[in-house]
Amino acid sequence: MKAAKTGNEAFAEAMRQINPDVVAAYPITPATEVVQIFSQFVADGLVKTEFVAVESEHSAMSACIGASAAGARAMTGTSSQGLALMWEMLYIAGGLRLPIVMAVVNRALSSPINIHCDHSDSIGARDSGWIQLFSENVQEAYDNIIQAVRIAEHPDVNLPIMATTDGFILSHCLETLDMLSDEDVRSFVGDIPERSTLVKSLREGKPITLGALDLQDYYFEHKRQSAEGMFNAMKVIPEIGKEFAKTFGREYGFFEAYKLADADAAILVMGSTSGTAKDVVDTMRAEGKKVGLVKLRVYRPFPAQMLAQALSGIKALGIMDRAEGMSAVSGPVYPEICAALYDLPGKKPVVQDYIYGLGGRDVSLNDIRYIFDEVLKSAQTGKKAYTLKYVGVRE
Amino acid sequence: MDNRIFEIRWHGRGGQGAKTAALLFGDAALSTGKYIQAFPEYGPERMGAPVQSFNRISSEPIRLHSGIENPDVVLVLDVTLIGQVDVTKGLDEGKGVLIVNTPLTAEEMKKKLGYDGKVCTVDASAIATDTIGKNIPNTPMIGALVKVTGILGIDELLEDTKIKLEKKFRNRPEIVEGNLKAIERAYNEVKGV
Repeated sequence: MKAAKTGNEAFAEAMRQINPDVVAAYPITPATEVVQIFSQFVADGLVKTEFVAVESEHSAMSACIGASAAGARAMTGTSSQGLALMWEMLYIAGGLRLPIVMAVVNRALSSPINIHCDHSDSIGARDSGWIQLFSENVQEAYDNIIQAVRIAEHPDVNLPIMATTDGFILSHCLETLDMLSDEDVRSFVGDIPERSTLVKSLREGKPITLGALDLQDYYFEHKRQSAEGMFNAMKVIPEIGKEFAKTFGREYGFFEAYKLADADAAILVMGSTSGTAKDVVDTMRAEGKKVGLVKLRVYRPFPAQMLAQALSGIKALGIMDRAEGMSAVSGPVYPEICAALYDLPGKKPVVQDYIYGLGGRDVSLNDIRYIFDEVLKSAQTGKKAYTLKYVGVRE
Repeated sequence: MDNRIFEIRWHGRGGQGAKTAALLFGDAALSTGKYIQAFPEYGPERMGAPVQSFNRISSEPIRLHSGIENPDVVLVLDVTLIGQVDVTKGLDEGKGVLIVNTPLTAEEMKKKLGYDGKVCTVDASAIATDTIGKNIPNTPMIGALVKVTGILGIDELLEDTKIKLEKKFRNRPEIVEGNLKAIERAYNEVKGV
């Protein structure tokens, strides 16, 4: 059924259809509506969820951790400072292998204080053991959060997961959403698979301890096992994507390659800008320019080998980074792409980084065209002109 | 760059319903099978402060997520914004249309603006006061928009708006009726088409 929904409404509707056991949340712009709308569903008796209104995001994540450890399907949503306040608990969810699902509405981190989009919040949680799915539009946000449940809870994965939207650009944008029926979503996500939980251990008379002290003797083994979950997610994410496609017709992988096959120059980008960039690709293709695009959907785990393979034929690549890495080198996505390409045999693409859109700064068709023109120039010379440029900033 | 997408910018003041107008219009366009976007510009949100909202309408899926710089139509819900906000910014004098809530004629408004492009006027505030009992000019402006652009049929718009408003104002049929009348009157009364 086609419906008009904002990104926040789409997240909330998906959560209603998933019908989790527990949602614990604290409001923060621009994610507030996700849990506000969902709390109305709870109040209206449309879900069986226990809604825990907590006093902070730290507590929200703590409550989700407790619920998930006990055996519940737990979900939450947040943004920016809220995600930052969850920080230590994010690592605990990852380390305890708890398949918590979180809707993250990407927003810049303070200071200066700002409520608009960039990716610094979720990218900052890069190493916390959470799978991260980025969304181009409201439809993908909806599809991603439904698949997220299956990916996180897969017995080979058992890791927390976040699906993101660009704050305001998607969260507050009413778009055309092809909504699935409640029954279809329910049957796709199914019941939470059997796993080792506190409740189960008590029922079976073999109590377990979670979060115990783990020193030089076992900490490393447990971290290694968490990493194994991330390695396994490399197999599970496309499997779930294919199953989703079989059921609902829209397929999802690690990334989307758009008009890349014969491209000389390409841009790699995450989130809503990838849609705008596709229009620029079409315009430039009509002018005979061989340009293409990679839209990265899965940021954690990082599909390095597959990206390298997909990008091996192009001459020059521009990375669009919507976060400042503060490395005095580049944004955060750039070095990982370079590392992925390093292992390619023979001549590698030239790679240049473009930091854009911080704090919600609009990225226009002309901004993206400028980047393509820059990357095309480097494709022609075969030489890297520079490592980093900032696009759309006054300096 | 993409001519298939019709772009609209709404100017109003906080509390006048510029955001709601964009949402209602987007929703109505969706019900006719079109792909839509409706989004507000979020700045400091204060009652009475100048605000903007936007629509994109297309018969194809919309991938663009940049701001709207060159709208096809601009609607001004509050005439006192003129002179304070550059309402014709990015509007093509050859192809664009400006629709203003004012009792002035289109010619008088053009002169006041010093703008050579197409201008239409409709006294949406008076219509709203008559039909809804309050100066809420957003729904009549949708009626004017539909007349000027032909992007939706008036019957489709009225039918969809009725469904939406009946959900929102379940126990206040007079509000639904008033809004529908307001849309229809603005559709018939807009000048300079």
